[in-house]
Amino acid sequence: MFEFCAEPKLLDGFRWLACYLTTAKHGAFYASFGTVLLLLAIAAPSALLFGFFGALSSRSHILPLRWFGRSYIAMVRGVPDIVFFLFVPIALDQLIELIRHKILCPDVLEPIWQGNDFIVCDIAKLPLGTDPQWIHEIYGFGLAVLGFAIVFGAFAGNVIAGAMRAVPKAQIETGSAYGMTNRQIFWRILLPQLWVYALPGLSNLWMILVKATPLLFLLGVEDIVYWARELGGSKTSAYTYAHPDWRVYYFLGLLVFYLLLTFLSEKIFARLMQRLSYGQATMAGKTAKVLS
Amino acid sequence: MKKLLITAVMTAVMAGPALADTIRMGTEGAYPPYNFIDDNGEVAGFERDLGDELCKRAGLDCVWVTNDWDSIIPNLVSGNYDTIIAGMSITAERDEVIDFTQDYIPPSPSFYAALSGASVDMNGGVIAAQTGTIHADHIAASGATLLEFATPDETIAAVRNGEADAVLADGEFLAPIVAESNGEMEIAGQIALGGGVGMGVRESDGALKDKMNKAIASMKSDGSLNKLIIQYFGDDAGTY
Repeated sequence: MFEFCAEPKLLDGFRWLACYLTTAKHGAFYASFGTVLLLLAIAAPSALLFGFFGALSSRSHILPLRWFGRSYIAMVRGVPDIVFFLFVPIALDQLIELIRHKILCPDVLEPIWQGNDFIVCDIAKLPLGTDPQWIHEIYGFGLAVLGFAIVFGAFAGNVIAGAMRAVPKAQIETGSAYGMTNRQIFWRILLPQLWVYALPGLSNLWMILVKATPLLFLLGVEDIVYWARELGGSKTSAYTYAHPDWRVYYFLGLLVFYLLLTFLSEKIFARLMQRLSYGQATMAGKTAKVLS
Repeated sequence: MKKLLITAVMTAVMAGPALADTIRMGTEGAYPPYNFIDDNGEVAGFERDLGDELCKRAGLDCVWVTNDWDSIIPNLVSGNYDTIIAGMSITAERDEVIDFTQDYIPPSPSFYAALSGASVDMNGGVIAAQTGTIHADHIAASGATLLEFATPDETIAAVRNGEADAVLADGEFLAPIVAESNGEMEIAGQIALGGGVGMGVRESDGALKDKMNKAIASMKSDGSLNKLIIQYFGDDAGTY
């Protein structure tokens, strides 16, 4: 990065640190903060979507759909997150490859499971063995996002289903009395109002989601925890920049990052709550002011 | 730009049939000087140089990927990469699950490293080792209390902060750490473990195993493997 970094072993003090903190490896560390934010940016809306459909189907009049919705919420909520995070990406990956194998190479008759090995033909692999590394990384990241969305979707589903029940029944009945159809009642009365009841639960979930992002590390995604551990570990002179065990400083950095993130989230949720409460038939709604 | 694209497409099309097979090389990237991630974020170390040379000799196109040690065998088996080249000792137990090429590092002694001046009871004290290694197996069988960690680096940290009395690991890994600890640590003993280091491949992947075996044999016979071993592990290292 800097010109004086050409001979790192001769440097000391500030210059050494400046060079050390700008290595390509540190670049990957800084970029991994983006990975975490990206995960949140994709996983949170998808979890909300999963939750919304989970909640809707758990209240459906169609019996199989209701069973599906209820068992999804109950099952995922009842199984430890970490089991799901490890299970979903691996099982999904093998399922996709199994299907591709059946379609793409029907003439390969050897069994897919040979002892411990899970073998599909080369063109059925996903991503392909010949694909560049970044495709493998994006694919792994995508599976991780899906894992997060499924797990947090179930929790969100429960929150949203509860919020739907919390909308005052009198309002629904009033809608009915005015001759609204079920669909109209849902779109005009239930949906606009349920958020104010769902928000405390959803903000709670968001905080848990933020704090669960280090689980990415378990799924083999090179996230901030991976890099903090890798960079912080003691380094011998096999590395260009040798240093003792500095993990504590790196993890301190992560601590600050997560605290900032949750602090900022709380502020945003407080504003959102105030806006949603305005004009609502709740305690908060009576005191809420219009935000400019 | 357009011209560039056309050239790129042309090369891609023309190079297509001539392209070598792509092999994904799985390593841990946390075990210097065997394999580690250097300051450019690339896999480096003895096994990087060795692997690249083997691939060249076998006419394969190799890509490097890193994976945690404790899931390195399951991920090979499920096809996430094609080889394990991660300082893995050839053992009968592992051989039941995966296949090994011939060894590319001869059996070498493992070291116990402890804080200088500490008296360590190898068969009764608390000894740290990395999970799933021959060292962990040895400690568990020796009667000492085994303290397991996911990464090699954590085993060293455990000795430094007094959590463990000593750490047991490959000599080549511990020697530089002890030498650079400014007298803080010392080698407290050594023991012969393992049957040499080999490359792991899937049991169903006999073709790749043959290619790699041939490449290793050719590096052994022309002396280039010995040169590489001495370059990374010093003049005292065992050679072929």
